[in-house]
Amino acid sequence: MRALLTVLFLLPIPVFAAGMGYDDARHLLTRTGFAPTGSEIQKYAALTRDAAADRLLAGVHTEARTPLPDSALEFVPRERLRKLKNAPEAERKAFLREQIEKSLELRAWWYREMLETDSPLTEKMTLFWHNHFVSSQQKVKSPVLMARQNQLLRRYALGNFGELLHAVARDPAMVVYLDNVSNKKGSPNENFAREVMELFTLGEGQYSEQDIKEAARAFTGWSLDRKTGEYRFYRRLHDSGEKTVLGRRGNFNGDEVLDILLAQPATAEFVTGKLWREFISPVADATEVKRLAGVFRDSRYNTRALMRALLTSDSFFAPQNRAVLIKSPVELVVGTLRLFEIHPADLRPVALAARNLGQDVFGPPNVKGWPGGEAWINSATLLGRRQLLARLFRAEEMPAASDDGMAGRGGKRPQRMALRMQPDYLFNGAHWFSQFGANGSAARQQVTRLVLATAPQETPPASTDNLSFLSALVLDPVYQLK
Amino acid sequence: MLRRDFLRLIGAGALIPWNAQLAFAAAPAADYRRLLVLVELKGGNDGLNSVIPYADTSYYRLRPRLGIARDQVVQLDTATGLHPALKPLWPLWQAQELAIVQGIGYPKPNLSHFRSIEIWDTASDSDDYLEQGWLSQVFGRNPPPRPFAADGVVVGSSELGPLAGGSTRAIALANTEQFLRQAKQMQAGGGQSRNPALAHLLKVEGDIRQAASGLKSGHSFRTAFPKNGFGNNIKTAAQVVAANAGVAVIKLSHNGFDTHSNQLNVHARLLSELAEGLAAFKSAMQELNRWDTTLVMTYAEFGRRPQENGSGGTDHGTANAHFLLGGRVQGGLYGERPALTQLESGNLRYAVDFRQLYAVAAERWWGLPARSLFGGKFAPLAVLRV
Repeated sequence: MRALLTVLFLLPIPVFAAGMGYDDARHLLTRTGFAPTGSEIQKYAALTRDAAADRLLAGVHTEARTPLPDSALEFVPRERLRKLKNAPEAERKAFLREQIEKSLELRAWWYREMLETDSPLTEKMTLFWHNHFVSSQQKVKSPVLMARQNQLLRRYALGNFGELLHAVARDPAMVVYLDNVSNKKGSPNENFAREVMELFTLGEGQYSEQDIKEAARAFTGWSLDRKTGEYRFYRRLHDSGEKTVLGRRGNFNGDEVLDILLAQPATAEFVTGKLWREFISPVADATEVKRLAGVFRDSRYNTRALMRALLTSDSFFAPQNRAVLIKSPVELVVGTLRLFEIHPADLRPVALAARNLGQDVFGPPNVKGWPGGEAWINSATLLGRRQLLARLFRAEEMPAASDDGMAGRGGKRPQRMALRMQPDYLFNGAHWFSQFGANGSAARQQVTRLVLATAPQETPPASTDNLSFLSALVLDPVYQLK
Repeated sequence: MLRRDFLRLIGAGALIPWNAQLAFAAAPAADYRRLLVLVELKGGNDGLNSVIPYADTSYYRLRPRLGIARDQVVQLDTATGLHPALKPLWPLWQAQELAIVQGIGYPKPNLSHFRSIEIWDTASDSDDYLEQGWLSQVFGRNPPPRPFAADGVVVGSSELGPLAGGSTRAIALANTEQFLRQAKQMQAGGGQSRNPALAHLLKVEGDIRQAASGLKSGHSFRTAFPKNGFGNNIKTAAQVVAANAGVAVIKLSHNGFDTHSNQLNVHARLLSELAEGLAAFKSAMQELNRWDTTLVMTYAEFGRRPQENGSGGTDHGTANAHFLLGGRVQGGLYGERPALTQLESGNLRYAVDFRQLYAVAAERWWGLPARSLFGGKFAPLAVLRV
C-alpha cells in the first residue's frame, strides 16, 4: 500500500497545459507560506514557476492588515517603571499582569495576521528577519518596542538588506536587547558590535576580538529617548576617536562600520545561506549559495531579487529537496488552522501552544534565534505536537496550554497561561470533506496529497471514517515535514 | 557479545592495539549505574563573584560596585570564599563532598555564547567544529546498556547540548507524569527512512516508547524541593532517578546568568536558587541511597570579565570556577586562584582544561579506558574518592 501511494505521488496530475502542476504549486506555497488550501494550490498550479514566483513576490506588502492592539501603541516611559519599584505590592502586581496581558495581545495580533493574510510570504519573511535580527521581549520588556520592531521587519520584508541593517541598528528594541543603551564612550559595551558581526552580517570566524572592541566604540551613544522610546543619538557619549575595523582605519561612526560589514563578500553569503536553509533544504549547496549571493550583491542587497532567484532555482524544486524540512511550531500551528479553515476569535491560546512547542514569537531563546530543523523535534516537543493535533481532530477542546510541552526557555511563565481553547477551535469535518467529492478512495487520495508533503509512513486503513482517517494523517510523522 | 567476552577472557585488548575495532570491543564495560548530573549555568555564570578571592585587593579594585565585601563572604580558607547566597552548600563543604575547581577554561577562548557553549558541549578545540556532543561521543564508543530507559534525560530545556547527535537516546522532558501521559497515546510504529528529517522523527518516536516503558512517576520524597524553576527541575531529576529504570546522565539547566547589567541582585537570586536546589538534590539522593553513585558537575560557556562594566554588570569572559559534588567527591579547592594581575586582554588565563573534568566523568567515574576520549590528551583531575 505504501509503495502504491508513493507511485501515486510521483504521477503528474494533468492540469492546465503550461502550468507547473499541483505538486510544484503545493511545494512552493508550503515553503513560502503556511499550509495552503486546495483552492490556493489550484490557482498556482496553472502558472509557470517564473509567473508563480512573480505573483507571490508582487503580493508581499509592507504593513500588516490587522490593526495593532491599542496596548501596543502607548510607550511606558522608564520614569513610570522607576516609580513602580517603590509602589505598593498590589499596584506592582497589577502592572505586571497588565504587561503579561499586553504581551499576549501582541502575540495574538501577529498570529491573526499570519492566519488571515493574503500574503503568507510577507509573514514568513517577517518571521525570518525576526529570527535573524533577534530581539526578545524577555529583555526588552516593552511590548510597544517589540511591536515597532516587528513593523520595521515587515516594512523591509523584501526590501534592501543594507537599509534594513542600518535601521535595525537604530531600532530601540535592538538598542535595548543588545545593550547599546549602555554603550558609552570610555566604558564600551561590546554586545551589539559582536552580534552584528557574528549573527547579522559576516558569520562566526570572519573577524577578530579586536575588531569587536573597535567597532563597539563606533556605536557608543546610540541609545533611546527614555520618554518616547524613540532612537536617540547622544553626542557626548559617543567616542569619535580613530578605530580600526577589518583592516580599515578611520574615525568611524556606527553607520560607517555597518557599511564596512556590508562591503565584505561574507555578508551576502551568510544571509543567503540562511535563506537557503529556511526555504530549500537543511544543508546548503555551497556552489549555488555563491551564485545566489552574487545575485544579492549585484542587486546591492535587494532581497526581492535574491528571493526571486532562490524561488525559481532548480534546487528549490529538486525532488531531493521535497519534504526535507521540519515545520516550525508556528508553521505547524498556523498551517493547521489555515489548512483546515479554522478561524478562532481568540488566538492567545495559539500563541501559548506554539510557545510550549519551543517557539515564542517576540521571545526567541537567545540572540542566535531558534536553531530550527531537527532541533525542533525532541521527545517533549514531538509529544506536545501530537497532543495538540490529536485533540483538534478528536473534536474535543484544545488543550489548556499551561503545562503541555516545554516551557519557554529562560523566562517565568505568565500567570494566566491556562486559557482554554474556545469552541470555535473545533474542526468542521463534514464541511471540510465536502470539497473532495463523493468518491471515497479518490477523495482520500486527494486529501492525503493536500495534507502531506510526501507519502505517509503508515497508510490509514480504508475502513476508517473520514475524521479518523484525517486524524491518522496528521499524527503521521510525515505531517511534521514541509 | 560473544566476541567481546572472548576477547576479554584472553586479555586480547592489550595485545591487539593495532586493530582499533577489536581493541574497542575488548574495552571493559562502563559502569553506567553511576549517575552523572550536569548542571548548565546558562548565559555564563560570574565565577569570580561565586568563588571569591576575598583576600586579593585586585578583586575589589576591579569590582568597586560588584565586589562582595570580605565580611559577607562564606570563607573557605584564608584567601577564598563563597558568595553568601551559596551558603546552602556549606554543609556539603564541611562533609568534604564539594570540590571547587578554579581557573577552568581552554586555549584561545571564544567569547560568543553560542560558539563557546558549542565548544563545551562538543569538547572541541577552539577552532575545531564537531557535530556530536561530548557525551554522544562517549556513548558512541561505549553505549549505555540497551535496556536502560534512556542514555540521558534533559530536564527543563529542549536543547540536548552534550547529548546531541549520534545515536544517543536522549529524552527531554519537563516533568515525568506529563511525559508518561503523552507517551501512552503514541501507538506502536517504527520504520526507517533515508530522508534525514523523517529518520529523526522516527528515532525520537522510538526513544519515547522505550523511555516510557521504563520511567515511573510519583515517588514521594521527604525532601522539600525549592519552589522555583530550578527547584522544579531538580525535583523532576530526582523523580527520574527514583524510577530506577537506568539513565546514565541527567542534564539540568539554570537560566539567566548573562548578567551584563545591574547584576548584584539578580546574581544573588540565581546563586541562592542554585545552592538550595543542589542541597535538596543531595537530600533526595540520600533518600534513594544514591548519593554515593551520583556525581554532580556544573558548567557554563564561560566566566565573566574581572573588570565590571559601566552598567553594573559584567561582560563575557573566559576562565571560570565550577562545582563538583557527590558522595564520592573528594572535597576541597582545585585548580588555580584567579591571577587578577596577569589578565590577558582583560580576561583570566585558564589553568585547568574543561576536558579534564569530562575525563573525570568518563575515566574515573564510569571507568572507561583512558584515551577513549579527546585522544587521551586531558588527564582527569583527582577529585574523586573512587
